[in-house]
Amino acid sequence: MAFDNLSDRLQMSLRRVTGRGRLTEKDIEEMMREVRLSLLEADVNFKVVKSFTKNVKEQAMGEKILKGLNPGQQVVKIVSDELQRIMGDKAEPLTINAIGITKMMMVGLQGAGKTTTAGKLALHLRKQNNLKPLLVALDVYRPAAIEQLKTIGSQIGVDVFEMGTKEKPLNIMKQAMEFAVSNGNNLVIVDTAGRLQIDEDMMNELVEIKNYLKPEEVLLTVDSMTGQDAVNVAEGFNNTLGVTGAILTKLDGDTRGGAALSLKEVTNISIKLMGMGEKLDQLEVFHPERMASRILGMGDVMTLVDKVTDNIDEDDMMGMVEKMMSGKFNYNDYVKQLKMIKRMGSLGGIMKLIPGMGKMMKGVDVDDKKTVYAEAMISSMTKKERKNPKLISQSSTRRRRVAAGSGRTVTEVNRLIQQIDQMTATFKRMQGMDPEQMANMNPMTMMNQSQPKKKSGTKKKRWRY
Amino acid sequence: MGFFSKLFKTKERRINAQKYKIGMSKTRDSIFGNVKELLETKSLDSDDLFDELEEIFIMADVGVNTTVKFVDQLRKNIKTKKITSSDLLMELIIEEMYTMYVKDDIAVNEINIEDNRINVLLFVGVNGVGKTTTIGKVANELIQQGKKVMLVAGDTFRAGAIEQLRIWSERVNSEFYCNEEGSDPSSVMFDAIKYAKEHDIDVLLCDTAGRLQNKKNLMNELDKINRVINREIEGAPHETLLVVDATTGQNGLSQAKIFNEVTTITGIVLTKLDGTAKGGIVLAIREEMGIPIKYVGLGEKLEDLERFDFEEYLFGMFGDVI
Repeated sequence: MAFDNLSDRLQMSLRRVTGRGRLTEKDIEEMMREVRLSLLEADVNFKVVKSFTKNVKEQAMGEKILKGLNPGQQVVKIVSDELQRIMGDKAEPLTINAIGITKMMMVGLQGAGKTTTAGKLALHLRKQNNLKPLLVALDVYRPAAIEQLKTIGSQIGVDVFEMGTKEKPLNIMKQAMEFAVSNGNNLVIVDTAGRLQIDEDMMNELVEIKNYLKPEEVLLTVDSMTGQDAVNVAEGFNNTLGVTGAILTKLDGDTRGGAALSLKEVTNISIKLMGMGEKLDQLEVFHPERMASRILGMGDVMTLVDKVTDNIDEDDMMGMVEKMMSGKFNYNDYVKQLKMIKRMGSLGGIMKLIPGMGKMMKGVDVDDKKTVYAEAMISSMTKKERKNPKLISQSSTRRRRVAAGSGRTVTEVNRLIQQIDQMTATFKRMQGMDPEQMANMNPMTMMNQSQPKKKSGTKKKRWRY
Repeated sequence: MGFFSKLFKTKERRINAQKYKIGMSKTRDSIFGNVKELLETKSLDSDDLFDELEEIFIMADVGVNTTVKFVDQLRKNIKTKKITSSDLLMELIIEEMYTMYVKDDIAVNEINIEDNRINVLLFVGVNGVGKTTTIGKVANELIQQGKKVMLVAGDTFRAGAIEQLRIWSERVNSEFYCNEEGSDPSSVMFDAIKYAKEHDIDVLLCDTAGRLQNKKNLMNELDKINRVINREIEGAPHETLLVVDATTGQNGLSQAKIFNEVTTITGIVLTKLDGTAKGGIVLAIREEMGIPIKYVGLGEKLEDLERFDFEEYLFGMFGDVI
């Protein structure tokens, strides 16, 4: 996920500072060097990096910090505040007309993801704002671009207006608006062809369309993998067209996405939405404050909370927690839990959102397939076995049967048993702990701590077959 | 005669290089024009000079590691070679870049295509870099050389991808092979190879779906595609080309590394270099992983794909400076 490596780097440089009583000027210099390097490696624009480190340094050098009680923490806060300041203080909503048709234009370089994002946006606004969208295909240049938009439209059940590749985009646009009125659409999303911001003829085409359409939003689609040039592209489009917001795409990759930092600072364009995957519902509102805390590896608690509340029945959740705490956690509960997590999205994505997990997840491979296998293995257990995990862990015959029944190996069955044991053990430890202590705990160390106990001696005895 | 003038002594090369020069004029103006200005205003032994050189390279997306390595090397050579004027320094910069890029490899941009066999070229990369368009352009080049070319629609995932490749095949007049949308890409490859064997095809250009390199399942799919091709034709794919968008920043390194783990990448196609982006990340990929750039896209027209030639690339960057 985005920013992993940046948060690693910042944490490395900040760890040296945290835990020490006072900061020397040399500490700060050293730290700023690391911050500068990591931001550059994250593709943050060079000029932004310069002003960023300068500001942070000035603030950190202030007397307040040096004489403060916990200077390390305060520097972390300065860095975090500064990141947040650059990206904008809060998410800026899209402008939507209460009466009449809201018009949005998607613009950007070739391959940034305009067509896919246009579809995502239609779905998003239909869901969130109960609008009736119309997608308009103005990309008459790229082969099959219209086909692509039509396919996306039919996937999400949204009408697509197109007139093939022979008509001029401005004419298509005019016809499309007439159609929208007669078709009762109150949202028109225009997919334009990708173009270079320095291509005057192509940019003029956009200006003409914009002048005719007078859209509420001109949305610049920016690939989050873009390097230093992101700022030039944004300035180019903004100067000729007047961009109202940006959508950052492909953030589900492992890019550090420094463009997110640069855009607002240099061009004053707010990022409004972000694309988080190839599926058409994977478009999320961009939350700068969450992004800043994610950059620092502090976890994206707010997003997690949103996801949980959206997808989980509270009673179910509390029942589960009670069960875990009491140590009576069985395979039926495990399946229920897996289903809950599935509803929230990919396991890897969820784990990254948990504070402290970001840096520990590095190298840990969270495979969504494994949950499918786990379900298969549990389905191969008898009802009694599911209720009483001991039956399985104590009998190699049962384990072999489950393995054969689910088409997995005995080793995998053993791993599943270990997981259940581990979870039970972890939650037993959590009992009696006060919530504050729990919040400071590192989930991974907790699991690691519970592991050796089980491993020593038991492995040989238990897994003989 | 300076190093640079020697490079461009043949007329043919000059004409070719002009194309780069036009395609990359924005790059040159914005970035490497600065080099000249910089060298004229700073003294040769000032730290400022090297700091600003670093800045210029970083702004070109070359990346911190490669930039630092390069500038350190330059600093050393200024002393050993007793460089005293800014003109000589400019030439040294170009020479150093050349040495760094070419290494000991002379035939870096050659494409592994032979007569009397079915040649398979596989195109891979993240979403939106221009794989399908590149295939159309490569097909055009090969057809003009008299090869019988077939385009294989291995992107069965993205809406409209098959149609897009079909249109390209009509434009360049090549054979075309596809199964339906959503089918297993490996089976498309299998069927296409079978068809190619029966119909005397010289070169298969295989499209694949764009995939972000951290998506494990998609990378496994690519691994399978690779295995199937290799099982059906020994030694294939003969080229696996990673398509990289010139606007790509440091993530390009991660792309090269992870794609290379799954399918051995034999070369890079650098697309969209006609914009303002500098594509410097390919220098880092070359430096850290040794993967050469084989093609470069300098515009939207069919003939705007060129074999990569580092000397010409340099001319595009520095043409006006010297």
